[in-house]
Amino acid sequence: MSIFFQQLINGFFIGSVYGLFAIGYTLVFGVLDILNLAHAAIFTLGGLSALWLTTTAGLSPWEAFPLATLFSGVLGLVLYRVAFAPLRRRADSNLSGLISSIAMAIVFESAAMGIFGARTVRFPEGMFPNRVWHFGSIILTSLQLEIVVVALALMVVLTAWLKHTRTGKAVRAVAESENTARLLGINVERIVSETFFVSSALGGAAGILYGLYFDALAPNMGHSIELKGLAVIILGGMGSIPGAILGGIAFGLSEVFTVELTGMSNLRDAVAFTVLLLILILKPSGLLGRGRVREA
Amino acid sequence: MLSATDLQVAYGPVVAVNNVSFRVPAGSIVSLIGPNGAGKTTILNALSGLAPLRSGSILFNGKDISRMSAHRRVSEGIAQVPEGRQVLAGMSVRENLELGGYRRPAKEVNEDIGKMEEYFPVLRQRSKAAAGSLSGGEQQMLAIARGLMARPGLLLLDEPSLGLAPLVVRFIFEFIQRLRDEGQTILLVEQNAREALDVSSYAYVIESGRIVIEGRAEQLRSDPAIARAYLGLT
Repeated sequence: MSIFFQQLINGFFIGSVYGLFAIGYTLVFGVLDILNLAHAAIFTLGGLSALWLTTTAGLSPWEAFPLATLFSGVLGLVLYRVAFAPLRRRADSNLSGLISSIAMAIVFESAAMGIFGARTVRFPEGMFPNRVWHFGSIILTSLQLEIVVVALALMVVLTAWLKHTRTGKAVRAVAESENTARLLGINVERIVSETFFVSSALGGAAGILYGLYFDALAPNMGHSIELKGLAVIILGGMGSIPGAILGGIAFGLSEVFTVELTGMSNLRDAVAFTVLLLILILKPSGLLGRGRVREA
Repeated sequence: MLSATDLQVAYGPVVAVNNVSFRVPAGSIVSLIGPNGAGKTTILNALSGLAPLRSGSILFNGKDISRMSAHRRVSEGIAQVPEGRQVLAGMSVRENLELGGYRRPAKEVNEDIGKMEEYFPVLRQRSKAAAGSLSGGEQQMLAIARGLMARPGLLLLDEPSLGLAPLVVRFIFEFIQRLRDEGQTILLVEQNAREALDVSSYAYVIESGRIVIEGRAEQLRSDPAIARAYLGLT
């Protein structure tokens, strides 16, 4: 029984990081109807730049992590300018943007490889006072707890931003109809840029938390989450923020329990495909339908 | 207030609007009437900045806005109530109104929402409802109110009677008259020529992207050719 609870906790924790990755992914999809396949590369650079700031630049995590998150947001702006903005007027911009985002992902990843090398690296030991609690046989660490709190807090902030701020409402208006948004006086280009900034900042933050959780960072770490992120947003419903959060946690749990029940850890990555396949057969619109960015 | 000179708009090789010139004097209602597909909506979109001009110029309050981006034209005072209402269906009625005042200070927006809810009490009752759950007539009221939230010098109304029941059409046109009496300048696009001519002071008849007839509204109303073609009389 205690193993069950331990796995429940583990699944929830890693699921919250998946959810954080996925809300940025799904936000851009909800607004522009395009998949940004460079999201995983920004996730990687977010983690690695946080590492660089803590080690080489010698900043404390409290300075380094917000800075790395902002840096990821700026990368998102660059990504939009280079890969998406020039194609916006084309009739096939959904597809051409998808392709050019793959190109940018390769550029980002190669840059990461060139700067940080191909090795797997980790945050310096003892950077956080990591306390360990034992509840019976269940183990809980303060680091895990901090990760899940930060992930959930960012999701709440994003939802509140979309729901209650002037800019957040403009984002939802653009998601519904760009032309109508223009007629209301919304500067659509600026809103789309801001959406990329926010989406990428969240993706970068997810990269930092992921690196902390697994105590490993590498230029190819994006590969492991790329497909999972896609499975999560399809599971939750494309474009739905609550769906991405729910989908992330459901996905984390199913991953952990698949390994637990079968005893085969190499099945972990099969979960993504299985979930994708099942949801596409049973409920293609996902758990929470689609287009819900608009309702936040 | 507005003067458009030799407007030409093309979608690729297809010229949708050709050499169209017209004026909308302050405080009046001017109509563009004509059959479906004549280019009336394209003209409004050219004024709003959604359809780029190939040539021609638009002067608004003496300022050349021909190349200005759409969102800045709203700041200048041009608001469009688009064809088919285009309310933001997933957002609440109140949020739609708030976004209508997107470029105005928050304090004025709150005041103006109160004013819109007086014009259309149903918008207050359904304030929190998703705009997509309103009836067609209610959505039209919301769309007009949302346009007025910008406090536009010039309101562009595109087919406000489209697809509405006759009673609702009456209500909408009575409201348009009320706006006129309050001094609102309006450029009205309508297929319902009779109602349009009743509220306007001047009208242009558009066919195949060109102005074919123009004149004072009462003059057009009594023109037998217009009557035959657009007022459904024989």
